[in-house]
Amino acid sequence: MFGPLISKPGSSRNNKTGSWRIESRPKFLQKNCIACKMCILICPEGCIEGAEKNTYHCDYTYCKGCGNCAVICPKKDIEMEKEK
Amino acid sequence: MKHLLASGHTACSGCGQAIAARLVIDAAGKNTIVTNNTGCLEVFTTKYPESAWEVPFIHSLFENAAAVASGVEAALKYLGKKDSINVIAEAGDGGTADIGLQALSGMWERGHDILYVCYDNEAYMNTGVQRSGLTPFHAITTTSPSGSQSQGNIRPKKPMPEIANAHGIPYVATASVGFPQDLQRKVKKAFSIKGPKYIQIHVPCPLGWRHEPILTFQIAKLVVETGLFPLIEYDNGQLTGRKQITPKPVEEYLKVQARFKHLLNNPGELQLIQDIADNNIRKYGLKIENKEQS
Amino acid sequence: MKHFLEGSRAVAEVVKLCRPGVISAYPITPQTHIVEELAQFVANGELNSQFVNVESEHSAASVVLGAAATGVRAYTATSSQGLLLMGEVIFNIAGLRLPLVLTCANRAVSAPINIWNDQQDSVSLRDSGWVQFYAENMQELVDLHLIAYRLSEDKSVMLPVMVCMDGYILTHGIETVDLPSQEQVNKFLPEYKALYKLDPADPVTMGVLADPETYMETRYAIQKTLKDTLGLIPKLHADFSKVFGRTYQGLIEEYRTKDAERVIVAMGSVCGTIKEVVDELRAKGKKIGLLRIITYRPFPCQAIYEALKGIPKVAVVDRALSLGSYAPLAGEIKAVFFGKKKKPQVISSFIAGLGGRDVTRHSIKEIIRLLTATEKIGEFIDLKPELLKENYS
Repeated sequence: MFGPLISKPGSSRNNKTGSWRIESRPKFLQKNCIACKMCILICPEGCIEGAEKNTYHCDYTYCKGCGNCAVICPKKDIEMEKEK
Repeated sequence: MKHLLASGHTACSGCGQAIAARLVIDAAGKNTIVTNNTGCLEVFTTKYPESAWEVPFIHSLFENAAAVASGVEAALKYLGKKDSINVIAEAGDGGTADIGLQALSGMWERGHDILYVCYDNEAYMNTGVQRSGLTPFHAITTTSPSGSQSQGNIRPKKPMPEIANAHGIPYVATASVGFPQDLQRKVKKAFSIKGPKYIQIHVPCPLGWRHEPILTFQIAKLVVETGLFPLIEYDNGQLTGRKQITPKPVEEYLKVQARFKHLLNNPGELQLIQDIADNNIRKYGLKIENKEQS
Repeated sequence: MKHFLEGSRAVAEVVKLCRPGVISAYPITPQTHIVEELAQFVANGELNSQFVNVESEHSAASVVLGAAATGVRAYTATSSQGLLLMGEVIFNIAGLRLPLVLTCANRAVSAPINIWNDQQDSVSLRDSGWVQFYAENMQELVDLHLIAYRLSEDKSVMLPVMVCMDGYILTHGIETVDLPSQEQVNKFLPEYKALYKLDPADPVTMGVLADPETYMETRYAIQKTLKDTLGLIPKLHADFSKVFGRTYQGLIEEYRTKDAERVIVAMGSVCGTIKEVVDELRAKGKKIGLLRIITYRPFPCQAIYEALKGIPKVAVVDRALSLGSYAPLAGEIKAVFFGKKKKPQVISSFIAGLGGRDVTRHSIKEIIRLLTATEKIGEFIDLKPELLKENYS
């Protein structure tokens, strides 16, 4: 029986929203990072990962290039660069 | 750490609500059931066949998340599972303060063990930026535009935290994506308390407020730092927490959003908004005195 | 075991036997006694259920929606304005394919405000995707609730069911009812096992956004399910008969129609009165019969066709209107026969008993008198001409 429309958890990951970027993308310098995790907290896409200092990076498959990570980083260790 | 709101959702770039929704559910944990009113959040997270939610989630209608959550909570109580499962009912400002207020009031009055989260982007954003009961004084929306006869929305925000307190619920708090750790702390604290809880989160909307997506975090901080959106906490109706600030002039917050730009050359109108901020600062004791912070 | 009790109490008793885990209650005349009785059962410890006193019918329906979505059997009851207020939730529950049973104590709708019985409320929601049963008497009312839960929770159905009972007549009247035992009910009605539910152990997303590419098939699916239900309902009634000893066909009741020359078609408690008139006239040699519609949704076209195809004259009695068009039941009965070779010579449509105006034996005889070879279209019975002359200048 075709019943109600039920979606599987996390299936949005099939949608590669990184294709939305047109202007810029974040570059994680991984130089002065203090592992405060603020970038992970602020990313609207939840696509930043990292553990120890200088291991933070984002998944460009999903990053929409909003730039809030670069703004929040207290050590200015994330820079917005022109999209390739 | 796997987020409980996955990537791949279709929120606008820099969406404040996407940030807040993920912070909330990550803090609540995977043993959580979410009910959600119609609005941006459910639209950008559940377009079939994709869902960004890693926890059980149900969207029903525009005004009944609180009632659906009441039914979920009652069912969990019947099953003897309520103590191990959190229930969140969430909605935007329109779905909370306007159309959803009846169901919300009923849920609070009955004392259900549910956290209600209001994502306050200060207008009906999903339908194209129309004025809601939480649209701030003088903000431009499509149904409260400015013109020769108008300076925008003519009414102040409906005082939802006070309305929540008037129901006698054990925990009421405001939060902002400008202070993400504070937001998550408040969600965790809410779930340590039994009974109805209310958290109202100020979430900037780049599209609706007309600002660059890169400014979301800064704007969310500024609204608190000007005193326009106090970060406060109530336990059983008593003010037990507030973010104290060195107040910035409201103009700093207003000038980066085009929904307020009609006011910038009008000192008289700006003063009216400054008065709102000053009133909040006085009322909640927000100003940092003698370098003490709380 | 037989009891002599009020209809509302009978409903509360059978709902208690069905053991819903969540009951939501908002009062509206004439449903109030049902929820009051249930509240007392819970308070006495006779019914282990979460009883939620909601702040409106919209929330009453939303609460049971949430409970059903969490995999727990739920129940609510309403009437008239309450049913209309929960209107969007009614459509929502069917679209979400959640099993549920709701008792509608049929009452006229405002304006003008009128608390007495007609069927406008539930008939107005016939498009919603709910199964609708109409009870004639209290015994059937009790039995239909058991069928309703069993049908609703069937994994091939997963649609909500509305059991309709005429307000005041069945809610406040008193009749003898044979209430089953808990053992019998347990035999007939297994525990509810949800097809999908909100459970952190196995998360799903419900109530999704379906764009033009995905929406239409969900509506087709409900339509198809309701069609299949026409075959399932008689089977469930057969099962019911084995456990409880009472037999119903389930879709319709043919009362003395076999050789009838004139048949009245109707739904609900008015059929009790019609049966008495049929018996009275049959005793005088008149060949009259009654076709009682029990299941209104899904609409039992085939059963109606078979029952009426050989009947020369048919009078359809509607206790609701589709203002601006043919009466609801009459329009659908006529549609059954369009293009068919075998059909009644005339199908006349009568409107009776709106806003609680009594439908008496006299009213039924008037309808039979008006059932001639000339088709009547939406003819109102027992209208008061003096009220129609009222001048509001």
